[in-house]
Amino acid sequence: MKGLYLMIPMAPLIGSIIAGLFGRKIGRTGAHTVTIAGVAVAFVLSLITFFKIAVFDGETFNGVVYTWMISDGISFDVGFLIDKLTALMMVVVTFVSLMVHIYTIGYMADDDGYQRFFSYIALFTFSMLMLVMANNFMQLFFGWEAVGLVSYLLIGFWFKKESAIYANMKAFIVNRVGDFGFLLGIAAVLMYFGSVDYADVFAAAPHMKDMTIQIWGDQQWSVMTVICILLFIGAMGKSAQAPLHVWLPDSMEGPTPISALIHAATMVTAGIFMVARMSPLYELSETALSFVLVIGAITAFSMGLLGVFVRSEERRVGKERRSRWGPIHYTMGASAYAAGIFHLMTHAFFKALLFLGAGSVIIAMHHDQDIRNMGGLKKYMPITYWTSLIGSLALIGFPGTAGFFSKDAIIEAVWESHLAGSTFAWICVLLGVFVTALYSFRMFFLVFHGEERMDEHTKHHLKESPKVVTIPLICLAIPSLVAGMIGVGPLLFGGFFEGAIHVDEAHNVLEHMGEEYTGVFGFLIHGTLGLPFLLAMAGIYTAWHVYMKRPDLADQIKARFRGFYDLLVRKYGFDEFNDRFFAGGSRQLAKVLFEKGDATMIDGIMVNGTAKSVGWIAGKVRNIQTGMLYHYAFAMIVGMLLLVTLFVLMG
Amino acid sequence: MASGFPLLSLLIWLPIFGGVLTLAVGKGGSRDIMRKTALGVSVVVFILSLPLYTGFDTETFAMQFGEKASWIPAFNVFYSLGIDGISMPLIILTTFSTVLVVLAGWEVIEDRQEQYMAAFLIMEGLMNGVFCALDGVLFYVFWEGMLIPMFLIIGIWGGPRRIYAALKFFLYTFLGSVLLLVALIYLYNQTSSFNILDFHMAKVGMTAQTLIFFAFLIAFAVKVPMWPVHTWLPDAHVEAPTGGSVILAAIMLKMGTYGFARFILPIVPDASAHLDWLVIGMSLIAIVYIALVALAQTDMKKLIAYSSIAHMGFVTLGFFIVFAIFRATGNTHGAGLGVEGALVQMVSHGFISGALFLCVGVMYDRMHSRNIYDYGGVANTMPVFASFMVLFAMANTGLPGTSGFVGEFMVILGSFQASFWYAFLAATTLILGAAYTLWLVKRVIFGEVGNERVAALQDLNMREFVILGSLAVLVLLLGIWPAPLVDVMHASVNHLLEHVVTSKL
Amino acid sequence: MIALSDCLLLGAVLFCISLAGIFINRKNIIILLMAIELMLLAVNINFVAFSHFNGDATGQLFVFFVLTVAAAEAAIGLAILILLFRNRHTINVAHLDTLKG
Repeated sequence: MKGLYLMIPMAPLIGSIIAGLFGRKIGRTGAHTVTIAGVAVAFVLSLITFFKIAVFDGETFNGVVYTWMISDGISFDVGFLIDKLTALMMVVVTFVSLMVHIYTIGYMADDDGYQRFFSYIALFTFSMLMLVMANNFMQLFFGWEAVGLVSYLLIGFWFKKESAIYANMKAFIVNRVGDFGFLLGIAAVLMYFGSVDYADVFAAAPHMKDMTIQIWGDQQWSVMTVICILLFIGAMGKSAQAPLHVWLPDSMEGPTPISALIHAATMVTAGIFMVARMSPLYELSETALSFVLVIGAITAFSMGLLGVFVRSEERRVGKERRSRWGPIHYTMGASAYAAGIFHLMTHAFFKALLFLGAGSVIIAMHHDQDIRNMGGLKKYMPITYWTSLIGSLALIGFPGTAGFFSKDAIIEAVWESHLAGSTFAWICVLLGVFVTALYSFRMFFLVFHGEERMDEHTKHHLKESPKVVTIPLICLAIPSLVAGMIGVGPLLFGGFFEGAIHVDEAHNVLEHMGEEYTGVFGFLIHGTLGLPFLLAMAGIYTAWHVYMKRPDLADQIKARFRGFYDLLVRKYGFDEFNDRFFAGGSRQLAKVLFEKGDATMIDGIMVNGTAKSVGWIAGKVRNIQTGMLYHYAFAMIVGMLLLVTLFVLMG
Repeated sequence: MASGFPLLSLLIWLPIFGGVLTLAVGKGGSRDIMRKTALGVSVVVFILSLPLYTGFDTETFAMQFGEKASWIPAFNVFYSLGIDGISMPLIILTTFSTVLVVLAGWEVIEDRQEQYMAAFLIMEGLMNGVFCALDGVLFYVFWEGMLIPMFLIIGIWGGPRRIYAALKFFLYTFLGSVLLLVALIYLYNQTSSFNILDFHMAKVGMTAQTLIFFAFLIAFAVKVPMWPVHTWLPDAHVEAPTGGSVILAAIMLKMGTYGFARFILPIVPDASAHLDWLVIGMSLIAIVYIALVALAQTDMKKLIAYSSIAHMGFVTLGFFIVFAIFRATGNTHGAGLGVEGALVQMVSHGFISGALFLCVGVMYDRMHSRNIYDYGGVANTMPVFASFMVLFAMANTGLPGTSGFVGEFMVILGSFQASFWYAFLAATTLILGAAYTLWLVKRVIFGEVGNERVAALQDLNMREFVILGSLAVLVLLLGIWPAPLVDVMHASVNHLLEHVVTSKL
Repeated sequence: MIALSDCLLLGAVLFCISLAGIFINRKNIIILLMAIELMLLAVNINFVAFSHFNGDATGQLFVFFVLTVAAAEAAIGLAILILLFRNRHTINVAHLDTLKG
């Protein structure tokens, strides 16, 4: 059993190592064969695991692969905890990853770093798997940081590009700010639980509910709140929550849209997964849950606004959006972990689909990403068109698609929640629905419909992308359509995650919803009549009206809200603030410390100052040495007289 | 290993005689034979040091592989050697680093190469002596003797300001050593023995402990180096030849922290408990302040030197959190993480900083510049080298899976038990360490080819590949499975902790 | 009758004169040598005086030693003086300051 589980992360790792170290020897074909084989093995094994554990209710596996080290009586292991939550995540991660691998053959076909790229994405799969399969905090942190490393490598993949190498450094450092909190959270866990093993910690957690810790002055903090908030700071970095969201737009610097996809659809899920995994801890602290809820809502709200105005300016296809992740986080805050994970899964499918569809368009356009040069692509690229349509519909939650079920569940869950901030969060979600519909369909219309704006040369060569690209598209379109229908019953209301996710009775909104749940079709009808659906339709209509029918309207709206718009374009000034205050400030501080502290104070005054003062004293003292014999003799006599006097007086 | 076999003596004297032999061979004979002699000696010594690990008894804290012979009977001075779980890894680190250093100086050093090689071999013997010595006088002799070859290495084969740097290095460390001698003599007067283990048992009053504490602290803090007596290190590193920097960073700095574990903690535990805030404060300043200072550097070697100081801050922090934990909880639970983390950090830092200095050396050999702004886009012309550099840079930032993570992780976990704020400040290294290291990588490795000289760079040759490759393997191995290293420490560390919290007044 | 104190007084006076000769003399190294001789003689007078009044011959024995040393010293001193004059063409003490720091 353990061998099987061990194979799952190892297969992509081996593929990655081979492609990375021997890339030149095995060539392009070798590189993609070996990595795809690795990921495919991982996918198949994950699927087997999923069926065994989730579908046939197999035993949850919790075992140690090897002992990393034992120190101070605390055992740090590398091991796997495979329950339903993990199994689901493994399938999602390996499936999306496999699609990306196959698709990359087509997308990166002309790139010099072909083997290197395959090595990176396989390594990414390995890191993600280590993260979700971990059975302890140490390994979670390993996966956590390893994912950050691969993201660093991917964003900086084209290392000649100045913007890319700036972006990857920024991404890594911003993520490190999150990891900083995460590591302290782990330290707190170790201190109060004496173990980093999930099983031990979760078992002991209820007894620790009333423990307090003193951090500043006499104020007592609940240990659980401190631990959860510290851990969540890590999730804020990985899941790009405000204010640590600034790195995600820059992940575009890698080979779009693959890199963007890996970040937006996979890496970002790490934070959500973590919160779900830690549900036994989060459930013990309402403060932490409210914190999660509010951060999620703020992110969603601010990014949603940003979406309405700034996205209308965007000219690049395949640019990811962030607003999606806010909502998932506040479902976590509302203790609807299952809904969050469910949406995470459906979202991974249709988000991947959209990115890959955009990539397919980019390939057809010969890597021209300017939306103004597209239009009317429907007749040239039917497969891409239809799959993209499915993706977009799923994204906005069109009834029947996967996105519909999961998104509706979220909205309901937030509505039902009684935690502080949940009403605010609910409004944000609804706003998000409208915004999402607006700009995703704007993009869709501008690319596939309307007049053909590309030049003659490009038009001549327009054709559907090769099979390695379209097959992943189709493979992703299917779950984007049906995963919701299949999943909604068992995942949300069927107690699928029992044992894996812990929800306190007081906040169990899903159970409350489950009482009203009458099956897939009931849910469908209920949702279709609801407010979210109307908002989505309104969004589509607005998009069509503004961008297809009367393009002049967009400019008018823009002119009306000039000041606000400027603020939004600068993304609330987060980047500038960070650049100026944190990056610039620390560089300035560094300079001052180095020049004033080290160079002037320590080296100048203390070290060289000592040397100089020795020299100065010596310079004075040397004047006593006149060279005149009788001066020496005189000094000798005087000295002798003094000594004699001293002896006489002392007796 | 047979108990009668003088393995430790062999590890001390074989390299010293090997150095003399190298000198003799190089005087008249060919350069090639001389180099091979030096390499041969260093490899043999490395192989001989391996039985220390394989034959090590992890169950006991007692000194192993002991040797004892009378040396100066009038003062009860013995030639006594022995190792425990604290010193054993450091000896292997020393013998391993020397092999790399000999290889690193293979072609680059053209002037008086036989003397260069001999200096490193002799220094290897002396450094092994420091780690093995169980007698105060013997320790002091090795401790001081070690300065001479290093002084020569910086002074003869160094850069343009080598005389200043060598002198600064010598005076700084010598100043500290004098106080060390005073403290040793005081302890001899108390115990009429120079045996370090007798010192551990000596009952010393609080005033005397405080004075001894400061004498030791100055001696060892200079060597570590701790803020604010650290400024010799960047200068010494910048001027030293690559091999010198490697030994300096990998081994010499460890002498200071070794002194903390062997002298300060066990000999003056009460004064240490009383003044632990001082050392912890200095360590935290090193971690935060020095990391910021590193950000301002434009000289690659200086940047790595500052990063070394910041990383050594973790070692001293790890050693001293035990007192705060003991005060708060009445037991030492959690302190073991700190001490063992510190020891792991010592070994890991030896690999990583050594590797980074070797990387800079590789570039310096080709471009003869250490200035960051003379580079840019090295990855274009030296892809293999760039991969190594990124790996070691990541290790330097403490990425899990590399050895750099293990020590920092353990120390941060341990220091949280002492105080939230210790851990908080220590953990800023995650951000600051990433900032200065990755910024260095960005400016040197990535980007468009900076200038014509970068465009003409040749990738690693076989020799350089072997050096960096072997370090890369070790860095990863230790990161993926640190247990073999940590296991040998348990007995010694537990004994040390028990000893430390027992008052000696 | 001459008392011991008289003899000691004479010795002290002679000693002080010679001391003054060393300090005040700025011109001639020969005077310096003579002053040193005088100083030794002052010591000799003390030796003889103590020897006589204590009835112990050891003091007088010492005088011979001192005289011998003084003679040897004068010889060597003069030899050095001659060499010095040959090299530097002066025996003026004020000019002999090569020890100056």
